[in-house]
Amino acid sequence: MRIAIPSDEKNIDSSICVSFGRTPYFLIYDTDTKIREFIDNSTAASSGGAGIKAAQILVDEKTDALITPRCGENAADVLKSADIKIYKSISSSIKDNIDAFVSGKLCLLDEIHPGFHGHRK
Amino acid sequence: MRIAVLSGKGGTGKTLVSVNLAVVAKKSIYIDCDVEEPNGHLFFKPMVTEEKEISMQIPKVDEAICNGCRKCVDFCKFNALAYIKGKIIVFDDVCHSCGGCMILCPQKAISGRNKSIGKIRAGSSDGVVIYTGILNTGEASGVPIIKELLSGIESEHNKTIFIDCPPGSACIVMESIKDADYCILVAEPTLFGVHNLNMVYELVKLFNKPFGAVLNKCLEGENPAEKFCIEKDIRILGKIPFDRQLGTLNSNAKIAVKENKKYEEQFSTLLDAIIKEAPYETATNT
Ligand code: SF4
Ligand code: SF4
Repeated sequence: MRIAIPSDEKNIDSSICVSFGRTPYFLIYDTDTKIREFIDNSTAASSGGAGIKAAQILVDEKTDALITPRCGENAADVLKSADIKIYKSISSSIKDNIDAFVSGKLCLLDEIHPGFHGHRK
Repeated sequence: MRIAVLSGKGGTGKTLVSVNLAVVAKKSIYIDCDVEEPNGHLFFKPMVTEEKEISMQIPKVDEAICNGCRKCVDFCKFNALAYIKGKIIVFDDVCHSCGGCMILCPQKAISGRNKSIGKIRAGSSDGVVIYTGILNTGEASGVPIIKELLSGIESEHNKTIFIDCPPGSACIVMESIKDADYCILVAEPTLFGVHNLNMVYELVKLFNKPFGAVLNKCLEGENPAEKFCIEKDIRILGKIPFDRQLGTLNSNAKIAVKENKKYEEQFSTLLDAIIKEAPYETATNT
């Protein structure tokens, strides 16, 4: 199973990025092969719909699950239609979340918050 | 003559100034471009004579023709498109209707479909013609509504037109002031007010518009907004003193100049100052 985690740095000891759409990197971790790699989130600086694009990247990376503190509605729609499960992170440590995921302790994220659209903000 | 009234944030008195000026100007047109929160109509309580639905073209993908090349997904700079499980998903609320994907698709698989984003209402009250733009909640951009609001009123240029702009300095504000002959910046006398004033000041300078400032809620003593105006050599058109009665009238959606002679004089003086400053010739270039 391939899981994705938004990360602040290209480093397993870094913390989870608070923003799914704007995260600089994603850690992709394969629970079967234990291989991990970091990919750039090319949309971190884009003008709008960052969550949609970031979700598209995860779809293209063929991930099965995402662990994140929060996720916007549009991004969640993309992930859901690609059958990618969204789990809520339990702490800011990437390692802890992977461990928790592997031992089945993470819950699905159901408190999806509406994205912030518009130009004023 | 088109006069745009701006402020860096909401609640500074932008609507108070535009509504009351429109009333003292007599034969005038008031256009509410604050489409996310239009409240000028609450003051005028106009008789609505016309209503027009505004819609945009949103892409619609014909799945039978689409070959999944993803050119449209990569192209859309608003990220309104996603390609999931062999299908294009369109995010209506993120799409800006630029039309690019429809032109670009090599398979001609994308056509347009209309989607309502809001409406425009026209009405009048005591000789003032009122246009109100209303954006449906959750829509990405009110720019098409502003465009529609501001086109079409060209023919009546013997009247003074007051444009109540959206707060801030984003593209929707630019659209609102684009064809204005003069800009009024409304500011509050606080440090935060200076910050907001600076935002709109930079904008009108960028657009090379003649402009002046109106200082609202002025108290005795130090006024950072006034200091800023003097430093930057911004013409102060008038100062509206902090006044509880004015505040009450305003929060009860009453038009102050209609309620009290004192305010009528205040705003007439302000209007005179503006007319004197503003260029008489209507700008011909847009
Ligand atoms: S550009 Fe046209 S053919 Fe290519 S994915 Fe988009 S809709 Fe399909
Ligand atoms: S019309 Fe423009 S903004 Fe909308 S999906 Fe197509 S390219 Fe994106």
